[in-house]
Parts: sequence; C-alpha cells; structure tokens
Amino acid sequence: MTVTTGASDAVTDAVVEVAGVVRTFGDVRALDGVDLRVEPGIIYGLLGPNGAGKTTLIRVLATLLRPQAGRVRVAGIDVLADPTAARARIGLAGQFAAVDEFLTGRENVVMVGRLYGLSRRDARRRADEVLERIGLRQDAARQVGTYSGGMRRRLDLAASLVGQPEVMFLDEPTTGIDPRNRLELWRMIEDLVAAGTTVLLTTQYLEEADRLADRIGVIDRGVIVQEGTADALKAAVGGAVLEVVVPPDAHGRARELLAAVTGEEVTERDGGRRLRVAARDGSRTLTEVVRALDDAHIISDDIGLTRPSLDDVFLSVTGQPVGEAGDGDAA
Amino acid sequence: MTRPAITPSPRQQRRPRGRTTVASTVVDTWVITQRNLLRNVRLPQVLLFSTVQPIMFLLLFTFVFGGAITGTLPEAAGGEYINWLIPGLLVQVSVFGAGQTAIGLTDDLKKGVIDRFRSLPMARSAVLAGRTFADLGRNAAVVTLMLLVGVAIGFRYQTSFLRFLAGVLLALAFAYALSWVMAVIGLYVKEPEATQSAVFLPVFPLVFASSVFLPTQTMPDWLRVFADNQPITTVTNALRALMLGEGALLEGQVLGTQLLLSGAWIVGITLVFSLWAIRAYRRAVS
Ligand SMILES: Nc1ncnc2c1ncn2[C@@H]1O[C@H](COP(=O)(O)OP(=O)(O)O)[C@@H](O)[C@H]1O
Ligand SMILES: [Mg+2]
Repeated sequence: MTVTTGASDAVTDAVVEVAGVVRTFGDVRALDGVDLRVEPGIIYGLLGPNGAGKTTLIRVLATLLRPQAGRVRVAGIDVLADPTAARARIGLAGQFAAVDEFLTGRENVVMVGRLYGLSRRDARRRADEVLERIGLRQDAARQVGTYSGGMRRRLDLAASLVGQPEVMFLDEPTTGIDPRNRLELWRMIEDLVAAGTTVLLTTQYLEEADRLADRIGVIDRGVIVQEGTADALKAAVGGAVLEVVVPPDAHGRARELLAAVTGEEVTERDGGRRLRVAARDGSRTLTEVVRALDDAHIISDDIGLTRPSLDDVFLSVTGQPVGEAGDGDAA
Repeated sequence: MTRPAITPSPRQQRRPRGRTTVASTVVDTWVITQRNLLRNVRLPQVLLFSTVQPIMFLLLFTFVFGGAITGTLPEAAGGEYINWLIPGLLVQVSVFGAGQTAIGLTDDLKKGVIDRFRSLPMARSAVLAGRTFADLGRNAAVVTLMLLVGVAIGFRYQTSFLRFLAGVLLALAFAYALSWVMAVIGLYVKEPEATQSAVFLPVFPLVFASSVFLPTQTMPDWLRVFADNQPITTVTNALRALMLGEGALLEGQVLGTQLLLSGAWIVGITLVFSLWAIRAYRRAVS
C-alpha cells in the first residue's frame, strides 16, 4: 500500500481508479456504483446527459465530495485517506468558471499558484507562462469582469494548470462557449495531453467526446453503462446506421415503417427531416427498407448507410436519445 | 512513467506541496486575506457600501437629529451630539460592516470560488480566517474614515489619546467577533441575495434598540431592559466611557464593568460562533 512519489512505480498503471463509488443526495442516487480506470497520458471523455452524475463524479475525484461507498485513487493516492496530497496533483476546472471578476487575469492565476504552494516568484513566472500558453497574455493585466465567457473558461483552465497537475478534471469545459472558442479550447486540451497531463473531461456533446477523447465512458443515472474507444463503441452498435431523408408529410409513416422493418429504435436529426436507425445487417437492411418504402409509396430524398455516431451509441446503450443531442455547431 | 513538464525549465519542475504546515497556513491565510481586501476596493458596490453609507449616517444624524437631541445628553458629551454620536457610530459601522462577511462568503460559495479553494492543496482554515481578517482590515479603514470626517465636523475625545485609541480597538474587536456571527448566517443562507436581508433584518432593530444613537433612559421599560443588556449597548457604553469619560454612562455604571462585560461578550461570541462557523462551513461545502 505504500506509494512512492516521483517517477511512479508500476504497482498500477492507472492515474484515476474508481471502484464501486456510491453517492446519494437524499433519495437521488447520483452515483450508483461507478467503476472507472483512466490510463496516464490520455483524454478520457465522460459522456452523459444532464443529471447523469458527471459533476458529482468530478467532485468526488477532486476531493470536494465524499462518497458513501467505494474507493478512489488519483495519481496513486487514496483520495479519501489523504485528500491534501491528492490536491497537490490535480487541477480542477468546474462546470462554471470560478475566477474572480475583481482580480486581473494574472492576479487570479498567481493567487492559485500561491495556494498550490509556489513561492511568490515561482507563482508569477508560472502564471506568465501559463497565460502565454492559453493565449491570454495580452489580456492578463485586465480585470476579469471585462472578459468574455470563453476567456473566463480559458483563465479557469490556466489557473488549474499553474500547479502542474498530473491529472486535470474538466467539467463540461466547452458548454456555453461559441464555436470559435470551443475549437480553441479543444486545441489547448490536446496540447495539455501532449505535454503529459492526463485529462478527464465530461461532456454532453457527442461530437466533443468523439473528437477529443481517446477513451469514452458513457454514464447514465450514476452508472458507467459502456466504455471503450469511440470506434469500439460505434462498432458495438452494429457497424452501420441507415439514414433516410423524407419529405415532411411522409415523416410519420416512414418512421413507423423503419421501426417495423428493423425492429430498432428510430432517431431524428435536423428537426425530423433525417431519420436514423441501426442497420444490423448492413446492405440487406438497406434493401429491405428501400423495398418497404417503395411499397408504401414513400419517396425518399436520400437514403444510405453511414458510420454510426455517438448519438447512436448512446441510444443503443441507454435506450434513449441524449437529451440535448447535437450542439448547434455546423458538423 | 516520467511525465514531461509542461515547460521544460528545470526550476519549475518542483512539485507543489502535499502537506499543510503552520508556515503554509500563514501564507495561505495571507493570500486569501489579500484577495478579499482587493474585493472591497475593486467592487464599486462594496466600496460605496463601506464609505458613502457610514458617512451618510454620520452627517444625517449629526445635522438632522443633533439639534433636537443635544439637550438630553449627559454633560460628558460636552454639549455636542457629535461627541456622543461618534462612539456609537463606530459600533454601528462595525455591526453593519460585519454583514459583508456573510455576503462575501455566500458570493464565493455561489460562484464556485470556494470549490476551487477546496480543490487546492491549501490550508482549509485559511478560507474563513482570510475572510474574517480581510473584513477586520476593511472595518479598520471604515472606522478611520469615520473618525476623519467626525473630527472635521467637530468630534473631540474628552479623555486621553490612549483611552480614545483603546476605544477604537474595542470597536474593531467587536466587529471581528460579529464577523463570525455573520459567517454562520451566510453559511446557512448560502444565497447572496437572501443573505442581504438575513443579515440586516436582525441587525437594524438591535442597533436601534441600543445606546448607539440615543441614551436608553427614554425607552419604555421592557425595551430599556433589553437595550441595556445587549452587547451592542455594552460595547457602545464602554467606548463612550473611554472616549468621553465615565460621565457618559448611566448612574451606577462604571468603565471597568462595561469593559469587562464587553470583553466577555467579544470573547464569548468569537469562541461560540467561530466553532459554529467552522462546522457550518464543512456542512455547506459537501
Ligand atoms: N448537492 C446536491 N443535492 C441534491 N441533489 C444533487 C446534488 N448534486 C447533484 N444532485 C443530483 O444528482 C444527480 C446527478 O447530478 P450531476 O452530477 O450534477 O449530473 P450532471 O453533471 O451529469 O448533469 C442529479 O439528479 C442531481 O439533481
Ligand atoms: Mg454537471
């Protein structure tokens, strides 16, 4: 059970290890037995709809919340037994940027650096480096009250970075951020990992998990229901998804027909214009659907097989579509 | 697995500490105190609250009520309401100012700043200590401002400078004790907006039903019994006796007793409410 610091010994390879974690709030089982392993140097995406338990899990990992049951290790440290030691190795950027409006960007970062235990000089130097990296050097001397939402998020990230954490926990890092800033943040998160930090982030955005995460855990109602790489998850859906575009007046009938032919749940995209359904038998399913549509005199504007998206994964795993599917970004 | 540093300069590879020590607790407390002090200066609404409002009270009471009241004051006031008023107002601003402890704390809770602090390897006690110390510093500045304006419009202490100074320190100590009361209120209420009223609802009647503005003799008996025995009156009396002399006290009261009682209130309130605040803090954040 002894853990040596420094170059970590190979007792375990995982940077984050969660086993059987339960956390309830009254009757709500926010975490209902979570098991999770995150290998070093990757981006792990925790994907789940609103209320799935993402924030609760992040709070447990970041020592802000004690679970009622289970074991939690971060960077080889038992978080429940020695939270202070764990805190020295983690960085947290919560769901809402926790930066002080009345301080300048630099003052915010220097303060956090001091609280990480850096000397005044080191904290200042680190702050300048991190601000440079995060693209806020020009604005560092301005009070945060004048920052945009995206800039605050970046500053929040910078503040967590100043302590050189081994693991970063990012709770919905791009929620409520415009597309340009989102791309920027994605790039920064990828940079982080390239520099050796392990990142565990949560997201409601399938596209985000797909694009960023090396591994994805799908969380629903306090349980990790599926785990793997984006590709593995997609393959688990059954290889292919059938997509049909029909005119609005034929929409209802086409939907029923697809469900009848495939026996699968049908989802909608683009406000109902586009219908999607898992095609377990690939082109055989396609042929069957084309024939059925023909028999019903429904003329499709477009029909074909596509690779499944995480949308489809989520549906097949949880039996329900993601609450706020899509994210407003042009794909 | 060796972890490449984010920037490969060797000086910066030092690990942040994973233990809190006495020295690190002092540093953390100072960092948080500084941060909270800046909040007072940089947020216009807070700055206005702690400067314009007390001055307004001072001027309004002096010039609106002063003329009518002067006749009823003990001789120790030297015939000037401002002399009577200043010791009272020092206590009043201390009481009102302590409310900022609650508001600042709920603000931080709401904005997630407390969560950030708690996720850092810092001393946990620094959050509450830094908050109350900063509010003490702010209050010292407000009291100084009040005294400057007070002297400008005629206030003169009637005893010695040392006694006057002791009075100022007493007011500050009382303010510090009340900061802990307000911290408890803030930690239970949690919402900044609701905290505003949760703080000022009890504070207003307590300040007015005391000897802060007027001697208590003319109050109805039931109110007077309450007013004469509540801590705001006790501290105000001690302050007046220190700044104006014992003649400012009611018959039968002496400085020594008022000081002793004030000290007991201050120590008692600080002890009870700081322990309570620490418990409430643990509860509020998990
Ligand atoms: N402090 C709390 N008190 C009561 N219920 C809570 C609290 N925090 C979270 N919950 C509940 O736990 C569940 C999971 O919440 P959360 O972890 O915030 O989900 P997510 O971040 O995935 O949206 C939700 O039903 C939420 O209402
Ligand atoms: Mg959340």
